[in-house]
Amino acid sequence: MLLIRCPVCEMDRPELEFRYGGEAHVARPLDPSSVSDQDWAEYLYFRSNPRGVHAERWRHTSGCGRFFNAIRHTVTDRILATYKAGEPKPDLATLTGETGR
Amino acid sequence: MKFSALTLLRQALSGNTGWPEQWRSPEPKASYDAVIVGAGGHGLATAYYMAKEHGMRNIAVVEKGWLGGGNTGRNTTIIRSNYLWEESQGLYEHALKLWEGLSQELNYNVMYSPRGVMMLAHNTHDVQVFKRHVHANRLQGIDNEWLTPEQAKDFCPLLNISKDIRYPIVGAALQRRGGTARHDAVAWGYARGASAMGVDIIQNCEVTGIDRDPSGAVSGLQTSRGPIRTKRVGVVAAGHTSVVMGMAGVRMPLESYPLQALVSEPVKPAMSCVVMSNTIHAYMSQSDKGEMVIGAGTDAYTSYSQTGGLHISSHTLDAICELFPPVRRLRMLRNWGGIVDVTPDRSPIIGKTPVPGLFVNCGWGTGGFKATPGSGNVFAHTVATGEPHPINAGFTLDRFRTGRLIDEAAAAAVAH
Ligand SMILES: Cc1cc2nc3c(=O)[nH]c(=O)nc-3n(C[C@H](O)[C@H](O)[C@H](O)COP(=O)(O)OP(=O)(O)OC[C@H]3O[C@@H](n4cnc5c(N)ncnc54)[C@H](O)[C@@H]3O)c2cc1C
Ligand SMILES: [Zn+2]
Repeated sequence: MLLIRCPVCEMDRPELEFRYGGEAHVARPLDPSSVSDQDWAEYLYFRSNPRGVHAERWRHTSGCGRFFNAIRHTVTDRILATYKAGEPKPDLATLTGETGR
Repeated sequence: MKFSALTLLRQALSGNTGWPEQWRSPEPKASYDAVIVGAGGHGLATAYYMAKEHGMRNIAVVEKGWLGGGNTGRNTTIIRSNYLWEESQGLYEHALKLWEGLSQELNYNVMYSPRGVMMLAHNTHDVQVFKRHVHANRLQGIDNEWLTPEQAKDFCPLLNISKDIRYPIVGAALQRRGGTARHDAVAWGYARGASAMGVDIIQNCEVTGIDRDPSGAVSGLQTSRGPIRTKRVGVVAAGHTSVVMGMAGVRMPLESYPLQALVSEPVKPAMSCVVMSNTIHAYMSQSDKGEMVIGAGTDAYTSYSQTGGLHISSHTLDAICELFPPVRRLRMLRNWGGIVDVTPDRSPIIGKTPVPGLFVNCGWGTGGFKATPGSGNVFAHTVATGEPHPINAGFTLDRFRTGRLIDEAAAAAVAH
């Protein structure tokens, strides 16, 4: 079970308090009727699914109820950073450099 | 060597010292007519049928680890074909028919055992969904029948059909032709058959790059054992499909999740069928060694860790202990995880890709073992002829653009 730091509550809490929300920074097209079928499919269904560092959404359902983002390594499952929704993605090079991975 | 009662007897008398190796372990050649990436059951079956039915003998299967060491060797081996949509019924029933004759076809005992697969219903929604499946299956000539809780208990005496449990059993759907098979034997049997027809099976050979010519078509592979030239590549890499396809710049509608299973200490025969409960995430059957084989759910998040959270398997054991009270006294012997590649509609992708010469067979998620022979059979046709077989024609990558999904996810309305 993961131990996840909620950036809103500023506390480390067990995974069971959270709901996973899939890949982060996948923006809904502002004008859906103007995008091609392929771009709409990309938005709905295609995911980067990396073997490595992944930016993903979590929701603190049993806590503050807020969505936030996390950077996790998908082989070690280690969470490298969490940050509030709307904040930019942290620089991955510094994050991975810091932990030696 | 052909396996028969006579060869067994002869080996027994000579102290089992004369068994030959069952497949060759050749060095990779500089070039092949086609290369399959991934020596799981699906990849090996693909190569077998390419050689057998399409006469392609100058082909190879490359595997980064050992043969059958991926999900093929990690799954709970449940086989059934009672899916909802016609496309799925066609595909899984094609596989089930091949299972029925597979040991004879391969001259290798895959221990296919049609012992019956019973899926439990716990609420009104389950009853409606399963009855719809029963009717849809019977219209297609696929066996599936509805049982009352009492009939379910007759079929599996271990079941607890008390009304006083957290999720009482209110009925069940039974496919009698469903069952199990020996997972390793499936991989070994196909490997042996393919190798005998000249297919090179190359283990410890990780694909690290996909080469393309100026027109964009596939021209070869980079591997940990050197480059291989080929104009046709079939990727059958299960949980690692996004990674391998990324080498050709192709993004996939896939997410990879850990899925777990566990086995108990072996006990005397106590359960002669397979029981599944999608709603409370519990799957159980008894292996021929006597272990209770238990399937758990996936973790909530994508991962390549090949383990899973302990709370996931303990959640499954909660359900198992309530459904099968005698199991409470068993100790669990081992648990493990595999990485499963899940599509948005929970149906596989078997077909062409935007890159000429590159084909993909993936997205089997939590339930592709049952399809192994059928999947290999139709994918062999696809790679050999360049066009899908009628049975896999609907399972395109393009369906996510056109919207023609084969939505077994919505059909089941639970993880399965
Ligand atoms: C715990 C668990 C329980 C399951 N239970 C069931 C069940 O009861 N019934 C059912 O029908 N299905 C079940 N499944 C699903 C089933 O196991 C899979 O759908 C099926 O085995 C997939 O077979 P495959 O040959 O495609 O994949 P695999 O057997 O995973 O083969 C893929 C191979 O590709 C190789 N590979 C990956 N990347 C590379 C690379 N870069 N270079 C070379 N090789 C590479 C891997 O090493 C691997 O050997 C279960 C899965 C799990 C994990
Ligand atoms: Zn919070």
